Amino acid sequence: MSILIDADTTFIVQGITGREAVNLTRECLDYGAGARIVGGVTPGRLGRDVHGVPVFDTVAQAVDHHGGPIDGSVVTVPPAFCKDAVLEALENGIGLVVVVTERIPRRDVAEMVEVAEQRGARIIGPNCLGIIVPDVIKMGGIGGPARDAAKAYRPGPVGVISRSGGMTTEMSSTLSAAGLGQSTAVSIGGDAIIGSTYAELMPLFEADPETRAIVIYTEPGGRMEAQLAAWVAENHSRLPIVAFMAGRFMDEMPGMSFGHAGTIVEGREDTAAEKIARLTAAGIQVAERIEDIPTLIQERL
Amino acid sequence: MPGTFIDIVIDSTAGADPELARKLTEVCPVDIFRAGEHGLELVAEHLDECVLCQLCINAAPAGAVRIVKLYSGETLPA
Amino acid sequence: MRFFEYESRAVVARAGIPVTRHGFAKTADEARRVAEEIGGPVVVKSQVLSGGRMKAGGVQFADSPEEAARHTERILDLEIGGHMPRGVLVDSRAAVAREYYAGVVWDGTRKRPVLLFSDMGGIDIEQVAADHPDHVARMHFSTRVPFQDWQAKQLVASLGVTGTALNRLTPIVARLARLFLEYDMTLAEINPLGELEDGSFVALDAHMDMENEARSRQRALLHELGVGDEETRQAREATPFELAGEQVDAQDHRGVAGNVTEFDGDLGLVIGAGGGSLTLFDAVRAHGGRPANYCEIGGNPSVLKACGLAKLVLTKPGVDKIAVMMSIVSNTRVDIVARGVVKACLELGFDPAEKIAIFRIPGAWEEEGFKILERYGVQYADRSVSLNEAARRAVARVQGGVA
Repeated sequence: MSILIDADTTFIVQGITGREAVNLTRECLDYGAGARIVGGVTPGRLGRDVHGVPVFDTVAQAVDHHGGPIDGSVVTVPPAFCKDAVLEALENGIGLVVVVTERIPRRDVAEMVEVAEQRGARIIGPNCLGIIVPDVIKMGGIGGPARDAAKAYRPGPVGVISRSGGMTTEMSSTLSAAGLGQSTAVSIGGDAIIGSTYAELMPLFEADPETRAIVIYTEPGGRMEAQLAAWVAENHSRLPIVAFMAGRFMDEMPGMSFGHAGTIVEGREDTAAEKIARLTAAGIQVAERIEDIPTLIQERL
Repeated sequence: MPGTFIDIVIDSTAGADPELARKLTEVCPVDIFRAGEHGLELVAEHLDECVLCQLCINAAPAGAVRIVKLYSGETLPA
Repeated sequence: MRFFEYESRAVVARAGIPVTRHGFAKTADEARRVAEEIGGPVVVKSQVLSGGRMKAGGVQFADSPEEAARHTERILDLEIGGHMPRGVLVDSRAAVAREYYAGVVWDGTRKRPVLLFSDMGGIDIEQVAADHPDHVARMHFSTRVPFQDWQAKQLVASLGVTGTALNRLTPIVARLARLFLEYDMTLAEINPLGELEDGSFVALDAHMDMENEARSRQRALLHELGVGDEETRQAREATPFELAGEQVDAQDHRGVAGNVTEFDGDLGLVIGAGGGSLTLFDAVRAHGGRPANYCEIGGNPSVLKACGLAKLVLTKPGVDKIAVMMSIVSNTRVDIVARGVVKACLELGFDPAEKIAIFRIPGAWEEEGFKILERYGVQYADRSVSLNEAARRAVARVQGGVA
């Protein structure tokens, strides 16, 4: 099993004719059982196709052509058009929107999230690489070309949640090399406001019988880790969690932004040291090094 | 002049064909080719940007364009 | 992007929130003229993007225009938190009866803006929240539904404020909430929000921080405030080395090879992906290494860019070797980065095998990349070598040990 997506998931790619989107489409079609990409949207390009995927002007046309509801959308349009694209997807009944675009102002993200909440839909990202269920399906650029993704990701019992797209692959590859595959790996995005936080994905992994442990990658900035610690304390999760914290050096440099847009030490609570303390207090093991993660997981399985 | 890592060798008859020059200029994603006064020209400073996509090889008649990897001695097409 | 106080005041005033009479001055003479216009006692405040102005002596009281000019001269020469002031704000000294606080920030877990109000203004709100939680009221609000005055009223009244004060505070707090969204702020704060002895309310000080990502659509406001496109307004000014890094990144539109931050060590870092860079920087330090810089490569940059970045780092005074390391890449190509860094060494007349302490970038096109590195005798590692171990080897080589 998996969370969020499986072999039957249908999705569209908004902004499909862009350079990165063309690659992403190829990668998803090639990976695992082959993603069911039922359409792409780029305004003004109706009638074209990208790697055999029909292109439409609107999401409504794609839904029409498919002849029924579409599960998801990968949004890769420029930042200025992103909010509109996401709202279009949500209003057309799409329940899972993966937003790849980076540099979207927070006000726009907050608006998308507010509408998604009203519609009972879920947003992953922005500024993320998407979701992968090893050997089955990937939705987004996560892991890169099918051949490369197959090298890093293997099926197994570990759920991975990461604020960094690249580190999702680095950590999964380390787990795979140690014989620990992944149930689903989710790149949740590096921005200050994102559609789905660790704590919001935990109940999904909790409900997935195949998932038996969680690995998270985290950074300074924001309160998402405190939210996770609180969730763990309140919910008596069956899933052991191992965390890796990057950017410890940033504690000495408040106000400076490194890495992702959401990674900046603005207050006492969002330093690496404070987060490590909180996670540890909640019973979450914080690994010193990535290569220590497999052993820590094995000890807890 | 070759690049540090990449050289491209063009058959002399193919190099004089203005139609091929136009085609190669169009397909190359890193602008290695240029249609000059005397037919096809190479932009020396772009040679090392070659991404080995082989679009130029596929666009040209068989054997007309070859990519040489100077770091390994390999040639495309093999 | 942070605003100076005089800019924040202009933003607040533009939103219809009353402010005290004030003026911005760049010289002592200008400050004297502003003080004369205001008449009566004034406060002279350093305009610097740094906290702790009061403690550092950057805020002075003056009873006459001459005194204001003398204070200005001193303040203009006073460095605060590593920043020189851009000028001074000369502010009329109002007779304050009571100080309140009003502010808006984003709540990343609720994913909404949160409006804060306190009847204990003038001090750090985090301190008030910690010591007197019952004196801070909070309210999340929608980004979709326009903010209404009753919401502000309900928040202010929840602390027991009533009478004229409530009716005068309500529109001010509501306007602050609206300007926060309208101008894409990440922080909009009036502290103190003063109630004067005549019963009127004014913003005595304001802090505004705008989201960088929104600068392009806030050009009208920024233009009006006189903020140039080139002003980054980071926590500290960019160094020439960092500016050179921006130029490397601007060479072409393909990928990223930039986000350079200068440090004073001997190990140059050509590292990549956001999370990978953070992980590697920590790892180098954990092994006792002294990084010369931080940077990020990603999005498949051109050979030209990778080469430019490597050259910049290699020629930084004090840099002995560079370590080229990234987490597993899927979009950026190993062979392209390998070409870039090797080329940088060659063009500077260095032996790549000597200057590149380690190359650890696994992933897309790695077979091709490793061929290049082998040809030049550069030590490289694949994904079986962890980021941490790669960092250890790099530090060992710089420190003269055997990797």
